Amino acid sequence: MGAPLLEHDRKASEVWKCLASVTDPELDEAVTELGFIEHVTVDDNDGVDIVFRLPTYWCSANFAFLMADDMRKAVSSLPWVREARPRLRDHMVAEEINRGVREGKPFGEALKDFAPGGSLDELREKFHRKAFERRQEFMILALRGVGFEDPAICRMDLRSFDDIDFDAEEVARQKARYRQILAERDLGALPGDRAFVTYEGRPIRPHEMTPYLQRLRGVRINMEFNSALCRGLLAARNGEPDVDKAGGASRASCAACGSGCAGQSVALPVVSAEKHSIVPS
Amino acid sequence: MFITPTGEEIFVVDGHTHFWDGSPANQLNIHGKQFIDCFYAYHSSLSPKDKLWPKDQFEKYSAEQMYQDLFVDGPDDMAIVQSTYLTEFYKNGFNTIDRNAEMAKKYKDRFIVNGAFDPRDGERALEYIHYMKETFGIKGVKLYTAEWKGDSRGWKLTDPNAYRCFELCAKLGITNIHVHKGPTIIPLDKDAFDVHDVDHAATDFQGLNFIIEHCGLPRLDDFCWIAVQETNVFGGLAVALPFIHGRPRYFAEVISELLFWVGEDKLLFGSDYAIWTPRWLVEKFWNFELPEDLKQEHGVDLTPQAKKKILGLNAARLYGVDVEAQKAKLAKAPHPIAAG
Repeated sequence: MGAPLLEHDRKASEVWKCLASVTDPELDEAVTELGFIEHVTVDDNDGVDIVFRLPTYWCSANFAFLMADDMRKAVSSLPWVREARPRLRDHMVAEEINRGVREGKPFGEALKDFAPGGSLDELREKFHRKAFERRQEFMILALRGVGFEDPAICRMDLRSFDDIDFDAEEVARQKARYRQILAERDLGALPGDRAFVTYEGRPIRPHEMTPYLQRLRGVRINMEFNSALCRGLLAARNGEPDVDKAGGASRASCAACGSGCAGQSVALPVVSAEKHSIVPS
Repeated sequence: MFITPTGEEIFVVDGHTHFWDGSPANQLNIHGKQFIDCFYAYHSSLSPKDKLWPKDQFEKYSAEQMYQDLFVDGPDDMAIVQSTYLTEFYKNGFNTIDRNAEMAKKYKDRFIVNGAFDPRDGERALEYIHYMKETFGIKGVKLYTAEWKGDSRGWKLTDPNAYRCFELCAKLGITNIHVHKGPTIIPLDKDAFDVHDVDHAATDFQGLNFIIEHCGLPRLDDFCWIAVQETNVFGGLAVALPFIHGRPRYFAEVISELLFWVGEDKLLFGSDYAIWTPRWLVEKFWNFELPEDLKQEHGVDLTPQAKKKILGLNAARLYGVDVEAQKAKLAKAPHPIAAG
């Protein structure tokens, strides 16, 4: 193996890692983990091609657009990348999405022949809320699971929250994800701020916790269900056995809530440039 | 009729079936191909391996086979067959009411044929509703709010034209409005999955029942919020139910959620035939027990009584089927295929 090849591998691996930060907004799971990315290639001029395919030809164009745009932004942020070119394939409006993202157009303009104008900000906001609530529910259940009572959770500040060590790797990972979304939302920046507030920033009172969690549970179940559906459809489309199904048992016994919501191993296909064998359609 | 392991007879109304032609000969364009391919992906990803069909059989099947799968090999007593036009994808449509009614008339007392309309047709939609009532005596319709039409990329139940159609439906006794709020055909709109229009329409038309097919998946959480507030909003289990095989835990979570928010009186079984066949679904559903932790967490249970309602009694109530009379009628009539 020659040096240039190693260099390419290293760069491709950086791109994969970077893509792991891009989520499907509807599922709040990484596009790499969902198996959406087919391959990544780095050319001699440090241009990066990212080819991705969604579970169906009909998958929501708005989410496809958001993901492609997020991929472009994320990969472009690597210092050596000169151009990031996400390419959605085998989708009813692949061409429009690819062109729009490449030219940096907003969704409404890129798909003006198909969809009513306007931006996707409102939709993004709606799903940002769901992602926040899902991550928060996970952490509240994890805290309850290690013996915290609701009043203690409701008044817990970020300093105390940060100090809690969770043994389970998955809980630690989710803790970081929750902290990240708190920061993105400007909720809880200082050590004395509450660790658990509503998406609007309102404190949660102990007597409100049960109905609050009932609603959050619905958000989580919905997202998990969609994720399972998407994975199954993608596997069927790719003519592969549903790899995730084999891991179902371990997922279902996640430490925090027993729901299987996040007990997934983070299997980054780091060097392998082609994760899926694709049946031409 | 489904016979339980203890010998009890359960009346089954399959709330969601199709008699389609998605064959290459009927496909108008690439969309027609991709549409049936997508259905086939649902079929292959969620069916037990021994229930998988070859692609060509899935694309187009005969009336005889449908009858066999539902009523002879399958446990259905009755089936609601939905109409889906998709005339922009298929030369003769995917499964129009004419095609469905032609099939249904061979099998007396078995099928409830539902119509379909598109409020964007304006006056013609109203005329078509009259035509379907007079010709086929429909009691229900299936609506696709995300369907493309000309420049339009979908519509909402709250559009003024839709309200005119609902007013007419209420007047003619077409009381069951099945709305496809689930995986959508062409969800190009900014948010074609949104279910909130159901809320307003259900409030404004108390005399109509809104059956939300696929329980609003992929917006189950939003759907539950609406259904809990509206007494005339129901959930159809098609697509959710097949998870009972490959991912029983997810199914348990979803059905618990639905029992908690929507309730056992407002959920309808549907196989979504021919995406899935009803026998294995009904068998697995009958044998399914909610895990103890979910029973406690949600404070609900999937009792035999709840299963009976979901499998048939709820749909019978919506369609005015007298279960005992219908059982007696069916017991007298042999299967036409067996009878030659």
